[in-house]
Amino acid sequence: MKIKANLISGRTADQGAHLEAKTHKGYFDACAYCELNSADLERLGVSEGDSLKVTTEFGEVVVFAKANDGNPDNLAFIPMGPWANAVLDPDTHGCGMPGFKGVPAEIEVTEEKPLEMKALMRKYLED
Amino acid sequence: MPVIKDAVCSLCGSLCDDITVTVEDNKITKIENACILGHSKFVGMFEHDRIETPMIRKDGELVPVSYEEAIEAAAKILVNSRRILSYGWCSTSCEAVSGAIELAEETGSVIDSTANVCHGPSALAAQEKGSPSASLGEIKNRADVIVFWGCNPVHAHPRHMSRYSSFSKGFFTEKGRKGRTMVVIDVRKTDTAKLADNYVEIEQGSDLLLITALRSIVNGHEDVVPETVAGVPKAEVLELAETLKNAKFVCIFFGMGVTQSRSKYKNGDAVSSLISDLNQHTKAVMIGMRGHYNVTGFGQVATWETGFPMAIDFARGYPYYNPGETGANDLLVREEPDAAIIAAADPGAHFPQKAVRHLAKIPVIQIDPYANPTTEIADVVIPSAIVGIEAEGTAYRMDAISLRMKKLIDTRFKTDEEIVKDLTAKVRELKRGA
Ligand code: SF4
Repeated sequence: MKIKANLISGRTADQGAHLEAKTHKGYFDACAYCELNSADLERLGVSEGDSLKVTTEFGEVVVFAKANDGNPDNLAFIPMGPWANAVLDPDTHGCGMPGFKGVPAEIEVTEEKPLEMKALMRKYLED
Repeated sequence: MPVIKDAVCSLCGSLCDDITVTVEDNKITKIENACILGHSKFVGMFEHDRIETPMIRKDGELVPVSYEEAIEAAAKILVNSRRILSYGWCSTSCEAVSGAIELAEETGSVIDSTANVCHGPSALAAQEKGSPSASLGEIKNRADVIVFWGCNPVHAHPRHMSRYSSFSKGFFTEKGRKGRTMVVIDVRKTDTAKLADNYVEIEQGSDLLLITALRSIVNGHEDVVPETVAGVPKAEVLELAETLKNAKFVCIFFGMGVTQSRSKYKNGDAVSSLISDLNQHTKAVMIGMRGHYNVTGFGQVATWETGFPMAIDFARGYPYYNPGETGANDLLVREEPDAAIIAAADPGAHFPQKAVRHLAKIPVIQIDPYANPTTEIADVVIPSAIVGIEAEGTAYRMDAISLRMKKLIDTRFKTDEEIVKDLTAKVRELKRGA
């Protein structure tokens, strides 16, 4: 099952508390997830903690599923960090700021597990 | 045992200056008043992974070296490169920023701050339309209507609402939260939105529409407003416009929801125009919710010294500025830099994949107290002291008020200010030898 979503990223308190502790597992837990509301998670047939693959025009990333009923339907949120940035829009449209909010994404269930921070970054060196 | 009162928290742009810290044997053993983010900052140097020693990448691995070797290797990279990007400098002191600008000038680099992925568009908006502002003290004492637009202080600036805005009690606002109207405009019901008197949920990316509708109403043209705007029923928009117009003192705090969404700097520009319209009816001001504790300071120092707040290119021998061209992400996406120096910021974590991919290809010099995703792609790593804890210095709060950060404990690490001075001296020495 796949759904189409509007992807945004942003800060959370947990992400902020790990700003200077990004090698800790706590950072991975604080950032490597995607929030959807429970109805969207149900449509995907996943529960919290299952893996989701998020794909956009700019890349794909595997993250954990998390419920947040504050999100309207089809609004996906990934905390700011390297997992979100793997799929956000690098184009700045001439004003310096990349597209960190409002990126069309496809979200599906996957058996893969999210990569931890160092493994994720290693991919950039290998590219 | 020394108890240090009124220490400044050097994490977010709220720059809380009322932290009490107990120091025993050069260790911080008790922290009072800080929020979860601030607390994590103060315990950081004992619990988080410090970069223990300078390092240089050899055969793919970072190996320990001395400060002198690391500075020499970094200076060689800078001298042998033609298009250097110097990025970050926002979680450090104004004194270090000033040194970084001198180094950028010396090496003909482009220097940019984390505003590039944060409030850069607000700086552009301020240049275009101005940004009527006030100190957070004034907001605390006077504001009866507080709007959080596209920001979530409960998570990003946890003490903002209790110290300066919604919940704080001031001279003319002695009822605190009861005497203030709190409005949240966002695309999802955040933890901040849950505390609002009025939560306006808008369709993502349509901020400009709502601002324009509000401006029309405030200027007496509600007839041109359609039945729904940005997903919000007209009745709600009218009510919001009334709340703003009838306030004694409005402050619109705006965040990344406004600067990073579609229309980008045009949103900030429109907020500024709305503020100016509101000032025909009442007192209204705007303040960007700044993230890094001294990102405002970078803008201040850079503006005094170069005339521009960020994205300053020294390649021509004088400061040139055109953010969509000289912004850090623009340069990296165009694969233009052939080296980068990154300090007190983490583009490895916070830049989009295409920009990081280019950083991974070029020599990267990192200056930071902690290992982070940028370390994974860095070639020379220089550890630094933590400003506000291990080193003193000046920082600017989000309302552009400067505060002096204290040194609380001793350290064996060099400060950013020293590192950048050493690097500049080494670059000059190598250039003379050339
Ligand atoms: S609100 Fe910001 S400055 Fe204040 S204690 Fe928390 S992190 Fe530090």
